[in-house]
Amino acid sequence: MKQITIVALLFFAFATNNLYSQGILGNGKISGNFQTDAQYYQKDSLIGAEDVEEKMLINAFANIVYTNDKFTAGMRFEMYQNPLVGFNRKYKGSGIPYRYATYNSGDWEVTVGNYYEQFGNGLLFRSYEERNLGFDNAMEGIRFRASPHASVTIKGIWGNQRSFWDKGEGIVRGLDVDFSMNEISEKTSEWKLKLTSGFSFVSKYQRDQDPLYNLPKNVAGFAGRMGIGYGKFSLNGEYAHKINDPNATNNMIYKPGEALMLNAAYSQKGLGILISALRSDNMDFRSDRYVTESALNINYIPSLTRQHSYALSAFYPYATQFNSQMSFQAQVNYKIQKSTLLGGKYGTDVAVNYSRVHDIQKSKIDEHTEIGKNGTDGYKSNFFQPGDVVLFEDFNIEVGKRINKKLKLIADYIYLIYNKSVLEGHLGDPTVYAHIGIADFTYRINPKNAVRFEAQHLYTKQDEGSWANLSAEYTISPMWFFGVGDSYNYGNEIEGKRIHYYNASVGIVKNNLRFALTYGKQRKGILCVGGVCREVPASNGLAVTLTGTF
Amino acid sequence: MKKTLIILSLVLAFSYAIAQTTGGRTMPSVQIKTLDGANVLASDISNDGKPMIVSFWATWCKPCIRELTTISDVYDDWQEETGVKLVAISIDDTRSLSKVRPYVNGKGWEYEFYTDGNSDLKRAMNVNEIPCVFILDGNGKIVWQHTSFSEGGELELINIVKKVIAGEEVSNEK
Repeated sequence: MKQITIVALLFFAFATNNLYSQGILGNGKISGNFQTDAQYYQKDSLIGAEDVEEKMLINAFANIVYTNDKFTAGMRFEMYQNPLVGFNRKYKGSGIPYRYATYNSGDWEVTVGNYYEQFGNGLLFRSYEERNLGFDNAMEGIRFRASPHASVTIKGIWGNQRSFWDKGEGIVRGLDVDFSMNEISEKTSEWKLKLTSGFSFVSKYQRDQDPLYNLPKNVAGFAGRMGIGYGKFSLNGEYAHKINDPNATNNMIYKPGEALMLNAAYSQKGLGILISALRSDNMDFRSDRYVTESALNINYIPSLTRQHSYALSAFYPYATQFNSQMSFQAQVNYKIQKSTLLGGKYGTDVAVNYSRVHDIQKSKIDEHTEIGKNGTDGYKSNFFQPGDVVLFEDFNIEVGKRINKKLKLIADYIYLIYNKSVLEGHLGDPTVYAHIGIADFTYRINPKNAVRFEAQHLYTKQDEGSWANLSAEYTISPMWFFGVGDSYNYGNEIEGKRIHYYNASVGIVKNNLRFALTYGKQRKGILCVGGVCREVPASNGLAVTLTGTF
Repeated sequence: MKKTLIILSLVLAFSYAIAQTTGGRTMPSVQIKTLDGANVLASDISNDGKPMIVSFWATWCKPCIRELTTISDVYDDWQEETGVKLVAISIDDTRSLSKVRPYVNGKGWEYEFYTDGNSDLKRAMNVNEIPCVFILDGNGKIVWQHTSFSEGGELELINIVKKVIAGEEVSNEK
């Protein structure tokens, strides 16, 4: 197989040359990007940074895309030698795990090789990548897309999923139809009522060689969705269901799974309101039923909480629970107009967000069977009743204001409840209750030079106690970045662990190239993108990032 | 040996391609959505022969929001002076996709908005990190690209747009 790849590549290389010189592919274009993250590690037993045998580790990738009119082909080279601390060791090595060719006629499109795709909101099917998390469940197979009419899009997918340097055993097959009422005719496009809907079907095949259970070899799931918009109001929702699918994440129970997500919004200029609700019950759907690590997921259940991005506010992020969560979120964005008492000369942005997540209610299927017992239907659950366990709560308010031509301020207050024992799987850890305050000043010295200061404080009696953070950055636009910061765990109960996590960084952006150098300590924590998280161990050292586009 | 061959062939393919490609990429024909949920091909977005700024952002990306807020203060002037249009493409996924419309309305931004919920367009345009901004000339050709935002970055953007209108060479897209 590898040899074939090499031959194909060589052929591609020479063919490209010949074809170019003959002008046949005169319209062909090559583009791409690359990223290199390398780190030199120092042992630091105080913060729990283990000794790294290799001293230096690297993650790198490059995408190369060739486009010629309706034809596109591409590949990604990846290298982990060895993977950075915190990434799954199964990534060790290098190669070209992602390559594809696509023909797109406009009305229809076919892709062979690897691809990413999502049906609706992804509750039933989503293949995607988060390189920073080391998550990649790219499909390998075929995909077909067609729009027989402007109002209809049909997608079909068939293939295996990527799992590190390997492929999952299960075969995933799916069909999705998307329908947009307002594209039917010119008349419907003028309707004030906007209507979209869709339906998906996905089926997974995996052989059954289990010595204990009689397992479904084919697991089917379906989902329906709808979106309604009328003027300033909009409403959308999706419901997904899958048949019984005993797997390692649900303790081999035969209960079917389901998920429902609803969003209602009102918005006009200067005001936006959103209310969302989500319930997910036994909906961990994978192409290998025995996998528990972050791999081979067929679907994606989002977490409906705000994604915080300041150092201390990102300490306790909510991690989505595919098998048991019931969550609610409300958000209001409001702009206090210019030239009013509170708005001042430039107006003021206010955002209030609240979210709360419970597990789902569970009761015994009969008197003699304990909840979640393997080989049974597991439990019964009242659809509308949240469970007793609070997984997460977050109330936050953010005010953004320009004080004058040179000075801008963002202030944040956050109150959160973080159920560490469930969300991190550390049984018995106390739930964290935290208050966080942040002030972020940007001062523009002159049109190209600016400084930014952040002062942050996290108050809590649990976990590692309270923290304070101060950081400053200086930028010379558009090329230079300098930053220093320190997070100080002054409230730690153990005196010896009241540590300063300092860091310093410098960055250069030149045209399509960005280079950054960071030296300092990294707290053991959780890194999340889109509610999917991974644990990042403590580290101390020098990190280099180089990214570019061509 | 195998690896050497792979690398060799890549380098070959690459160097020829770079030497031969004339540049001048346009928006790819990838499906994205309007805030109403209707499907649109990115290649169909245009600004009647005037330049466009295409900005990739997300509701959770602080520098992106700083950039769009800063531009918002001067956007009226920009449009008046140059006729430029800013197209903001959110890469929020299902988690925060429904927040996009209330968010941009709450901010009072007046750009043209699309969503790229599974990062298909982001991938097709080789965007690694956001904020990432492209400038397209009046013919829809990508002439300039920049990643990251720092205060004052918006001045460079409008300067490039003005140069494009004046017909000057600005390309960092070789």
